[in-house]
Amino acid sequence: MDSITVLMTSPMSDYLENQLKDRFNLVKLWTYSSKTDFFKHNSHSIRAIVGNTKIGADAELIDSLPELEIVSSYSVGLDKIDLRKCQEKGIRVTNTPDVLTDDVADVAMGLMLAVVRRVCECDRFVRRGLWPKGDFRLTNKFSGMQVGIVGLGRIGSAIAKRAEAFGCPISYYSRSEKPETNYKYFSNIIDLAVNCQILVVACALTEETHHIVNREVIDALGPEGILINIGRGSHIDEPELVSALLEGRLGGAGLDVFENEPEVPEQLFGLENVVLMPHVGSDTVETTDAMADLVIKNLEAHFLKKPLLTPVV
Amino acid sequence: MESIGVLMLIPMNTYLEQELQKRYNLFKLWTAPQKPQFIKEHANSIRAVVGNAGAGADAELIEALPRLEIVSSFSVGVDKIDLAKCREKGIRVTNTPDVLTEDVADLAIGLMLAVLRRLCESDRYVRSGKWKKGDYKLTTKFSGKTVGIIGLGRIGMAVAKRAEAFNCPICYYSRTEKSDTKYKYYPSVVELASNCQILVVACPLTEETQHIVNREVMNALGPKGVLINIGRGPHVDEPELVSALVEGRLGGAGLDVYEHEPEVPEELFGLENVVLLPHVGSGTVETRKVMADLVLGNLEAHFLNKPLLTPLV
Repeated sequence: MDSITVLMTSPMSDYLENQLKDRFNLVKLWTYSSKTDFFKHNSHSIRAIVGNTKIGADAELIDSLPELEIVSSYSVGLDKIDLRKCQEKGIRVTNTPDVLTDDVADVAMGLMLAVVRRVCECDRFVRRGLWPKGDFRLTNKFSGMQVGIVGLGRIGSAIAKRAEAFGCPISYYSRSEKPETNYKYFSNIIDLAVNCQILVVACALTEETHHIVNREVIDALGPEGILINIGRGSHIDEPELVSALLEGRLGGAGLDVFENEPEVPEQLFGLENVVLMPHVGSDTVETTDAMADLVIKNLEAHFLKKPLLTPVV
Repeated sequence: MESIGVLMLIPMNTYLEQELQKRYNLFKLWTAPQKPQFIKEHANSIRAVVGNAGAGADAELIEALPRLEIVSSFSVGVDKIDLAKCREKGIRVTNTPDVLTEDVADLAIGLMLAVLRRLCESDRYVRSGKWKKGDYKLTTKFSGKTVGIIGLGRIGMAVAKRAEAFNCPICYYSRTEKSDTKYKYYPSVVELASNCQILVVACPLTEETQHIVNREVMNALGPKGVLINIGRGPHVDEPELVSALVEGRLGGAGLDVYEHEPEVPEELFGLENVVLLPHVGSGTVETRKVMADLVLGNLEAHFLNKPLLTPLV
């Protein structure tokens, strides 16, 4: 299939890049110094895009590639892809669900434990040689804390399953109630925030869920509450989050995503009740390889006119 | 009961100290300029000793207190107490089991996640501004890794229950095989270490379990293996641990305890595959209060000639 031209939007995985190079005619968007330059050379040959959480396929890109047939995202989140335009033009879209569920749920649990038990602060305390001067202060117990999940999809359910093993009662907010679970449902996010101690964002980013965690939700979660975001930065009103933490209106936060990655509000750096991660939710060797394999398999299936493995559109 | 003398060995909990002061004639050993003198001076009034993980009633102290009736430890571990001597002299011993099980198990899982997913390193990476220059490296998936537990008591079982929610197969080594569990038993620690990826120390410290994790065990665990110690520092041959980590013969370690607390080998401070905590296993507000109440409850029961709540001897 090396006559088929595939566009990779940004460096995301050496393994994936090599696999694409072996099988297709690979064009790398980031090697072009200007958009015009890129479009001049490639617009009529590109039949597939491989995007990720940084650069997907927006309307401009889709419109400029008349031969585009499929967008295969190296992510489960689709917020960087203009799905409507793809639907309009009959362009297929695939993502990488399931294979990264465990990793992201693990990071959510890690963030909860790290914030509540101050794991990173304690590690800093030891490495700075402070322990001989006195013990670290007491933290709070994690087991049994009420966990509220925004979005009870694959990742949300995986988080719930793990948290339950710590005796955490689970509640959730979702667009619709899930009768197959016995977790407590709240029909709106404020009620969820009022009734839990740890609020986890685990839903898809859409127009509706943009800033779903706003000042009102943060205040409802309160000075003893903890916010965990393993969704997308734009799920949370970031400036509001920062002031809530600085003013003590929110008890703590564990964040893997931010509104303008890789920018992270520097006012958070001095806080000991936050844990900050550089969007590593699915960044393990095992999972990234599985994600890459899924991207390749979807592309191959498409060009061999076989059913797509994980189609979204 | 204010005429009853109680000797507290080191500062461990303000609430406990205040309550002991209210109810008994409290002697605080750490305030004495000359400890042996202090003990001699008050030996005839001291009928109880309150110790913890850091300081207990050894043979010397027991011999110096002819009126000693009970040792009530603010810990579940009793390795600092000369149990044989207590038995000999008919001195009762109590500890604080169960109430701290969840906290310690939570921390064990927190350490596993922090080491495998490099939570603290990632947090450092963000706070140092490095994310702007490039993504953090890939780590290793935690879910599904085989967890081997040394000692399947209360804490070991609580660790197993939590790890199972992450789809981790569980295996264990114990003095005797437990017929009531479905976890895989190995008759030696070396075999356990050869067959798991994360090895957790969760047994009591006794003469037999001193250095139960030695060079041979660490080599069996190997360059991809991770050691988690939430037991006692002397469970692990610390100099061997340091060289195994520095030389890459062991993949990583999450430690809450050390051979000579609060001293921690400085060679570990520069390693990114270790997480170091200052013995905070049961260090939560909630649990320390319950532990203190258990110490007070045991002492009260003893002096009222009622059955002890959590006797060991």
